[in-house]
Amino acid sequence: MIQIQCPNCGPRDETEFHYGGQAHVAYPENPDALSDEEWARYLFYRENTKGQFAERWSHSGGCRKWFNAIRDTVTYRFSAVYPAGSPRPDNAPAQPDSNDPIVGGTK
Amino acid sequence: MAELTLVETTATQDISALRSSPAAHLAGVFEEACTQGARGVQLREVPFQTMVGLRVAQDSDGAHRLEEALGTLLPDRHGIVTAGSGRSVIWLAPDEFLVISAEESADLTKALQEALYGHPGSVIDLSANRTTFELNGPSSRAVLEKGCPLDLHPRIFKEGTAVNTNIGHVPVVLWKTGAENYRIYPRASFADYLGRWLIDAMAEFKAPETN
Repeated sequence: MIQIQCPNCGPRDETEFHYGGQAHVAYPENPDALSDEEWARYLFYRENTKGQFAERWSHSGGCRKWFNAIRDTVTYRFSAVYPAGSPRPDNAPAQPDSNDPIVGGTK
Repeated sequence: MAELTLVETTATQDISALRSSPAAHLAGVFEEACTQGARGVQLREVPFQTMVGLRVAQDSDGAHRLEEALGTLLPDRHGIVTAGSGRSVIWLAPDEFLVISAEESADLTKALQEALYGHPGSVIDLSANRTTFELNGPSSRAVLEKGCPLDLHPRIFKEGTAVNTNIGHVPVVLWKTGAENYRIYPRASFADYLGRWLIDAMAEFKAPETN
């Protein structure tokens, strides 16, 4: 079981969270000016990163707040958690060597 | 133009005897499921507690006015419960709190609404939203650990802590009121399922321990 560090509630089990997909997908400034293809690209096309990926998470089983996180899509390891709406941190901390998740309780 | 007239709709007769709580039909089953002794665990429903939901930004003018009306501070982070003037306030989110009290819900809601009036936020009577289960006894932690993702060991989950979490996949507020005492607040529509889930989890403690 992965534990995720909720910025409000501390480390909680993955089952309490809801995945929100890729972070930093900006709403088009003028949606009316977009072609169908551009609109479809905004709606449905997402990165398929192998490695560090910025994504949105919601602590739906707890405080119900959204936040952003950087997760390695290969190892599932979370390297950073930061508030929704703030820019992606430039240098996310290096991954720990151990196989333990970076955050965790003691269960 | 027809003049609008306000109709007095407040019930004048006491209808509390007609109310039935979300787990009232399980009262007998709960009683049967209780066990005493060193491995004992007891479950009961505490019906009709007054609960008022507050949405207000912490440290705002509205929050200060609510704190004054409540007679206690709003909790400032997760897990914290503040109490005063017969009311307990549970932290649900950075801007969301649950007031629990034995007072008349309409009176408390009105008093808090008047306190917040003109400030951003909301005060809503949520007394019918959730019911209260009380789980007591030496085995109560073992029962909860079957379906709660939190670490409930006393070194982590201390007395007086209340958190939003899941028990048996049901979203609840879990409040540890004593060393072996828990209060569980499921939404009314989950009360039947969670009540039966708890009975099932309690069943093993009826039998003597086997090695």
